[in-house]
Amino acid sequence: MKKTFLYLILAGFISAAKAQATVSPAPAQKGTITLTNATIHVGNGQVIANGNVVITDGKITAVGTAASATGKIIDCRGKNIYPGLILSSTEIGLLEVPSVRATDDVNELGEINPSIRSIVAYSTDSKVTNTLRPNGILLGNIVPGGGLISGSSSVVQFDAWNWEDAAYKMDGAMHFRMPSLLARTRGRGGFGGGQQPQVDPVKRALEQIESVKAFFREAKAYLAEPTHENTNLKYEATKDLFTKKQKLFIHCNIVKEMLIAVDFVKEFGFDIVIVGGADSWQIADLLKQNNIAVVLDQLHSLPVMVDDDIDQPFKTPAMLQKAGVLFAINDDDENSRSRNLAFNAGTAAAYGLAKEDALAAITLNPAKILGIADKTGSVEVGKDANIVVCEGDILDMRSNIIDYAFIQGRQIDLNNKQKELFEKYKRKYNIK
Amino acid sequence: MQKIRFTALLFAFVCAALQLQAQATFPLNDVASPKDGSYAFINATIVKDAQTTLQNATLVIRQGKIESVGTGITIPKDAVVIDCKGKYIYPSFIDIFSDYGIAVPQRQGGGGFFGGGGQMTSNTKGAFGWNQAIKSEVDGAKIFTGDDAKAKSLRDIGFGAVLTHQKDGIARGTGPVVTLAAESDNLVMLKEKAAAFYSLSKGTSTQSYPSSMMGTIALLRQTYLDAQWYKSSPVKEGTNLSLKSWNDNQSLPQIFDANDKWNDLRADKIGDEFGVQYIIKGGGNEYQRIKEIAATKAPFIITLNFPAPIDVDDPNDLRFVGLDNLKHWELAPGNPSALEKAGIPFCISSADLTNATDFMPNLRKAIEYGLTESKALEALTRTPASLLGMYDKIGSLDNGKVANFLITSGPIFGEKTVVLQNWTQGIKNAVKEEAWYDVKGTYKYTASNNKNFSVLLKDGGAASFIGQDTLTGKYSYDGKMVKLSYTEGRGRDAKETILSGTANGDTWNGMGREVNGTTFTWTAAFDHAAEVKSDSSRAKAPLTLGKVIYPFVSFGFEEMPKQENILIKNATVWTNEKEGVLEGTDVLVKDGKIAAVGKNLSDATAKVIDGTGKHLTPGIVDEHSHIAAASINEGAQSVTSEVRIGDNLNPEDVSIYRQLSGGVTTSHILHGSANTIGGQTQLIKLRWGANAEELKFAGADPFIKFALGENVKRSNGFNASSNTRFPDTRMGVEEVQMDAFTRASDYLKQLKAAEENNKKKGATPIVVRRDLELEALGEILNKKRFITCHSYVQSEILETMHIAEKFGFTLNTFTHILEGYKVADRMKAHGANASTFSDWWNYKMEVVDAIPYNAYIMHQVGLNVAINSDDAEMARRLNQEAAKSIKYGGMSEEDALKMVTLNPAKMLHIDSKVGSIKVGKDADLVLWNNDPLSIYAVAQTTIVDGTIYFDRDKDMEMRKRNQAEKARLIQKLAAAKKAAGDQGGGSRGNFQRPRPRLEVINSCMDHRHSLGLLAVDADELENDSY
Repeated sequence: MKKTFLYLILAGFISAAKAQATVSPAPAQKGTITLTNATIHVGNGQVIANGNVVITDGKITAVGTAASATGKIIDCRGKNIYPGLILSSTEIGLLEVPSVRATDDVNELGEINPSIRSIVAYSTDSKVTNTLRPNGILLGNIVPGGGLISGSSSVVQFDAWNWEDAAYKMDGAMHFRMPSLLARTRGRGGFGGGQQPQVDPVKRALEQIESVKAFFREAKAYLAEPTHENTNLKYEATKDLFTKKQKLFIHCNIVKEMLIAVDFVKEFGFDIVIVGGADSWQIADLLKQNNIAVVLDQLHSLPVMVDDDIDQPFKTPAMLQKAGVLFAINDDDENSRSRNLAFNAGTAAAYGLAKEDALAAITLNPAKILGIADKTGSVEVGKDANIVVCEGDILDMRSNIIDYAFIQGRQIDLNNKQKELFEKYKRKYNIK
Repeated sequence: MQKIRFTALLFAFVCAALQLQAQATFPLNDVASPKDGSYAFINATIVKDAQTTLQNATLVIRQGKIESVGTGITIPKDAVVIDCKGKYIYPSFIDIFSDYGIAVPQRQGGGGFFGGGGQMTSNTKGAFGWNQAIKSEVDGAKIFTGDDAKAKSLRDIGFGAVLTHQKDGIARGTGPVVTLAAESDNLVMLKEKAAAFYSLSKGTSTQSYPSSMMGTIALLRQTYLDAQWYKSSPVKEGTNLSLKSWNDNQSLPQIFDANDKWNDLRADKIGDEFGVQYIIKGGGNEYQRIKEIAATKAPFIITLNFPAPIDVDDPNDLRFVGLDNLKHWELAPGNPSALEKAGIPFCISSADLTNATDFMPNLRKAIEYGLTESKALEALTRTPASLLGMYDKIGSLDNGKVANFLITSGPIFGEKTVVLQNWTQGIKNAVKEEAWYDVKGTYKYTASNNKNFSVLLKDGGAASFIGQDTLTGKYSYDGKMVKLSYTEGRGRDAKETILSGTANGDTWNGMGREVNGTTFTWTAAFDHAAEVKSDSSRAKAPLTLGKVIYPFVSFGFEEMPKQENILIKNATVWTNEKEGVLEGTDVLVKDGKIAAVGKNLSDATAKVIDGTGKHLTPGIVDEHSHIAAASINEGAQSVTSEVRIGDNLNPEDVSIYRQLSGGVTTSHILHGSANTIGGQTQLIKLRWGANAEELKFAGADPFIKFALGENVKRSNGFNASSNTRFPDTRMGVEEVQMDAFTRASDYLKQLKAAEENNKKKGATPIVVRRDLELEALGEILNKKRFITCHSYVQSEILETMHIAEKFGFTLNTFTHILEGYKVADRMKAHGANASTFSDWWNYKMEVVDAIPYNAYIMHQVGLNVAINSDDAEMARRLNQEAAKSIKYGGMSEEDALKMVTLNPAKMLHIDSKVGSIKVGKDADLVLWNNDPLSIYAVAQTTIVDGTIYFDRDKDMEMRKRNQAEKARLIQKLAAAKKAAGDQGGGSRGNFQRPRPRLEVINSCMDHRHSLGLLAVDADELENDSY
């Protein structure tokens, strides 16, 4: 309590400063902690009633009803344990206030930028990250924007001093923003209405897509020869794509675009993930056949077409699940700054997805898609102790109240500027 | 210098004059050749008007006018006689929505309202009005120049006279009636000022205001008032030629280019306010709202530009074609018939057609869809003439009228009928001379090479030369010259003999050439006519058409749902009253109201809904929404209190239906945040399928939108660096408010002073200009209108309360109010309400201190707090948004629900009607499958005024219905394509590629929205097009 008071005084002085000096990253975890008597939502669909989770030196060393409590005991009776939630695609740390140009490091100039890396610009001092953690979000994939090939994203954990120690998996995905094949015309829609654009946007988009393919063909040829007089950084940057150490994330939405995405599997053998995928439900079987995963960018959005089922975006996850497509639910909302990730999954659960599958869509599935499932995404032995303890159902905003959160076993500070302001004004109005 | 024009090719036995009437004042550069132009058309079937047809009758014309018409008429000796046996004569058509001879001006750049710059005053030079789009001074007669090429294209489709005008601006001035005769401009003008024209499009005006539909309507309204006031010759105004012309034009027929069913109704409503009955130019979709269209009592002008069919060969493209677009393709040709059936007087215009030659085929299509032929003729003759008060001159074949008439080969709307000649002001214009004679039939053919045949000329230029063998041949005939050919032998041995010559009545003479080069002469004498086939060889399949749905978009109803008595049994009832949440309780709805709340209720008349395991709540009230409107922002000026959202509701926004599915029953549709004092808001109930007036929440207090901060000082987006509109700082925002209320306060004083003065006997009356902008602000000062104010940071919140307190009123609601928690005590003392977002923040500088605990703190301080959407997507999940205050702060579930039901009802002053489940209140109810604050809650049934507007089961049926209807129409299009291909030898016809159906979404331009791929922001569109 006293500590909080101190924070409040501090907040008054430093609220204009960029860093939140009151919220410090936790030191490395040493020794053993046991979270006891909780309902454990493993993340893989399994639920363990009244179980323990043992954490030693940052790793999960035992899970279950048989795991005996040792070390520091934290009683979680009546509470739920979840894997830390993962944002599959976010600009946090690159973009602070969207309307202020100086705080925007998302889009680089140029069309083909494979050598651009988001991690080097990622700011651990963003005020946004501290508002994600009290909602259970502990990791995020930081994605650059702009051009056709935007560069590579890295996964970070949200409790760090700087990007070096934030980095959780470096450059795991290359991002291709496919130009839209939707022949959008200006004017108020319908046929007859609206003017035809001067350049056929679909034709132009297909040419751009072809230029990306041409680039990869050149890169492949370049990489076949180990020595070069002149180094080409752009080609060099694609090396991991060809060895499948890196995935190609293709940002696209409609069926024709996704069908073209399949091309990149067939021609280059890349591991493909579709980001966006608004119409992915229409070709779920094809995606499954080609092992293409989907990141649903924004579940809380309107249907694509006025004729679509009014709940289409909400029920898309259930349709993908049924077809066996690996998918993640993401939240790229700029207004709430992504903190509603769990509630997007909750809505999917309200529209046909099983609750534990909805949880997997924001934990284990994104971990698989981002190539970090060996380290995180579920509450299983051997993984990093990225764990949240929630008072109730994490998918429901009424009970999404996070009591403790651990990143690599470190119990993190769940305070943030907003809570500080809350405390400050509770004091002003004498609210208990 | 008088131009001499040549008329078209002269026909064999008619010798038309060049100019019928010489103009006395014009010098002559020729030998004077005075003539009377007297013709007698005999043996014709004369259709004098739609009701009167004379058989074997005579029409006599002289000096460009009809001298006599009838049977048994003495033919004047000096008349040229034309035998019209087998022919029909009709009055020529009249088009009263033409721009013939008046070029449409082109816009010269500029005019954006969000795009920085901004043009505050008119660029029109001279003593005209303040707004460039009010062009009432334009006199079409003075800018008219005949154009015979264009005239010919209109004559060829049957028109003889048009009312033309300059299609530019909101008030477009007057237009003349001219004939399409190949005469001098002086002689074709029948009436100099025949009508005055208006529209909802500002055309080439580069001035920023108006930038929206509602701004356009407000401008029209204010101009009516200003013109009235101008009659008092106000010294301050000086000479205003625009207002003067406006007043002068009022005595003419008033034609309004509305161009869409909803705009038709909007235009009619403006007219009603000022006692004007417009003649409304419709948009071809009137059939979709025929009941409302008929209720306008307006005469209509409709066109025949039916939508082209679309290619349906690509399922990926079809995905983005709207059901409404497909249905309109199918139903549009039925528009004229729908108007006729509804008893609406209407004219048919040739306007809007891409190809003038589509006119007759489309008209026939309209007849196939049920338009009667007599109505069609009336719509092209008598009705337009009568509307202009010119039926004494044009529109029928009666003595003394202008000699504008058509000679046709048969009944005018017959499938194979052709217009042969179109006479205008007594001058012949050939249209299809070659069809005057039907040359088909059998001829006796003799040739100097001794190869003689009996020749049969058939349809389509095929001929049979019948001698010992029957040879196949071809022929062509252009009214005078003929060509024939026949072929002997087959394959490689085929030898073609070619013939040409002239037709001299029934006998044709000419020369031929054999394959070996020898020439010969030939004669063909008409022997007997071909068998007459009935007009339509194939019987047409009866029309099978889809139903009109309300509204005309997916999920529209075939039949509107009705108010019912409903008994919801055994539900968990969230009353929002002191009873709190009642388990296992029944609610009875009767006559649209909540009739009883209790246990074991029964009512024999009621439809019973089992509420077991379900939760019943009051309908959600969204304090801040931008759905269901044609425009949202009038940002051209900093003070636009004269604009009204209610002038431009759009009942067809699918957001209404989608939000019903999220339990919303009442929405407060706000003006955007583009300017300090925005427009008047409109409270609606989500009565899906209703019209604009029926959507309105009756009896609610009027509100107005204000805005503060970054948006109104234009700090964000594409206008950030180039703002020229005052204010540019929060200091300026305060001065805009101060100035506006000071002016409004002075205005009220002036009105009062004038009223007192004018009561005194003998006093010179004082006329105060009625100013709708100040009037709305005056209502605020008089506590008859209430403010909802877009606001973020504490300084501006305090400042605005200071202004309100200075002028003695209470700022009713602060909306957004993300820093409300910082000054909640001060707001409480002032008496303001707060309507906020649950957890939005950091999307721009003025929201970096926004916190999700805001609602909770304000609630704890004692403010009346609501959670609003301001977003077409989030409005579907307002229950979830409210529930976030349980997480952020620990609000009780009941209090959280009140933030989206009772609390907004209170701040909108409608809590006596909605917001809780209480006997006597409106039956606006939502049945949820779960605790309404839970993420898992899905609305099952949404009831407004005792009418079930949304129901999950019904929704499932509608999905199936939509899919089936779409599939049927796609099949129909595929069949049409195949038929076109079969007929046209692989021609694509006028089929077009499908284009994605965009969904226009309005927003306040404040933050990003998560809308669909096909959503376009309405303001973005405006900005592009301006």
